Amino acid sequence: MLKTETFTLNMGPQHPSTHGVLQVVLELDGETVVQAIPHMGYLHRGIEKLAESRTYAQFIPYTDRLDYVSSMGNNLGYCQTVEKMVGIKVPERAEYLRIIMTELNRIASHLIFMGSLAIDLGASTGMMFGFRSRERILDLFDMACGARQTYTYIRFGGVSADIPSEFIPALQRFLTDFPAMLDEYHRLLTGNEILYHRLKNTGVISGQRALEIGLTGPALRASGVDYDIRKVEPYGIYDRFDFSVPLGQVGDCWDRYIVRMEEMKQSASIVTQALEQMPEGTVMATVPKVLKPPAGEVYHSIENPRGELGYYIVSDGGVNPYRLHVRRPSFINLQVLNEACQGLLIGDVVAVLATLDSLMGEVDC
Amino acid sequence: MSNQDINSSLAELQARYLEDVKIIGEEAQSALLALPHRLLDILRFLKTNESYQFNMLRNLTAVDYLEYIEIVYHLYSLPLRQAITVKTRCGMEDSQVPSATVIWPSANFQEREIYDLLGVRFTGHPDLRRILLRDEFDGHPLRKTYNIGNAGERR
Repeated sequence: MLKTETFTLNMGPQHPSTHGVLQVVLELDGETVVQAIPHMGYLHRGIEKLAESRTYAQFIPYTDRLDYVSSMGNNLGYCQTVEKMVGIKVPERAEYLRIIMTELNRIASHLIFMGSLAIDLGASTGMMFGFRSRERILDLFDMACGARQTYTYIRFGGVSADIPSEFIPALQRFLTDFPAMLDEYHRLLTGNEILYHRLKNTGVISGQRALEIGLTGPALRASGVDYDIRKVEPYGIYDRFDFSVPLGQVGDCWDRYIVRMEEMKQSASIVTQALEQMPEGTVMATVPKVLKPPAGEVYHSIENPRGELGYYIVSDGGVNPYRLHVRRPSFINLQVLNEACQGLLIGDVVAVLATLDSLMGEVDC
Repeated sequence: MSNQDINSSLAELQARYLEDVKIIGEEAQSALLALPHRLLDILRFLKTNESYQFNMLRNLTAVDYLEYIEIVYHLYSLPLRQAITVKTRCGMEDSQVPSATVIWPSANFQEREIYDLLGVRFTGHPDLRRILLRDEFDGHPLRKTYNIGNAGERR
């Protein structure tokens, strides 16, 4: 008599498609996924505990190390939260520089998403192309702050330094070239029949379910829910720019891919507008070296490439935060992994993982 | 948008739950403080009532205030575009709060994180295990009384 039973397969923590040290315990019935349980914590550094023994300014470099492919956004979210507590007004030019940097970082982050999605599904050329274009953005960041990945560029009251004279010409060259680059990716990937069939109707998450399970960012918008913090609660000067929020319809892997590709286009448009409007002037307000925010608490969130990045800070009036909590979108988005994978073939788990685009540095905090 | 009009818009809720809920803090920092045994009723009311529709649990965390632990729920209403903060408190020794997973499944990982790092047990949680630290880990590091000296290593 034929006897069938499920078996367990460990995927990770050392697996090239898990984008870091994520372990997924897969329960399989033949090739079909019955359960996909994520186990995290391999990269846990106790950053929230560390914050309690650092001054407010000393914590900025730690934020770089959360979502390390979009560090500008992490800097921005944290600095704006503290600025909100203390009541610091940021100079106009710095506001524009912040927008330019975070939107460029969004493009860089989505390029990594595109590249890693491609290589996870077997198209290694996509990876090379994505990283090639991201290099142009990293060169720009290098010019502005001397770092390629952990910037600490955005500080309380502004940014660490004004951009050098060669920055704007280089940025303009990038903005001129970018539409052609994007076009090339669309020809390479979007028009690829294999990629289309791997992603279409794979890992469908309905809009209702996505909201309930706490998805945010492109993953939520791919399910058709219009929630972009840059629009619903504009922070900084986002209300001054004209851009649209791309939405998906089905909530499958394909929509999550397309939404991010469209977002890159919108981000490039925001950078162009910011460049036109940016005034001259100082880039740093006068801020005390050691901050002592008044006792109280603040929750502030921004739209990071992976979703809603929130900081909840409790101050007791001292030089260190009494409690600092980071709402990490990658962490909460991972909750959907199990149900999105159920019933799929084992090969499609990497497609769902790649399009959720969770980053372990942020998950583990 | 934020908590500014909280006092006026929450009259209905207050009338309904009277003793079990009160408004603490001022202006932007104001929050609803609910007693743990009515917490789920109040959260469900905030989610389903027409005039609130808080359909998103944006953030869930906890703070150790030495005498008690405060659980903080940041809710957001997508249809009405307003935010509210709900809080509840539990003791240091017997730290128990009902789980919000029945109302917002998104509470799942966040409650596990609080359990892991602050040692609050969420009753009714479907799968309350440590999430970031390994299962054999001693203690809950985000408690103020936690001794960092031994970093949780068994000697």
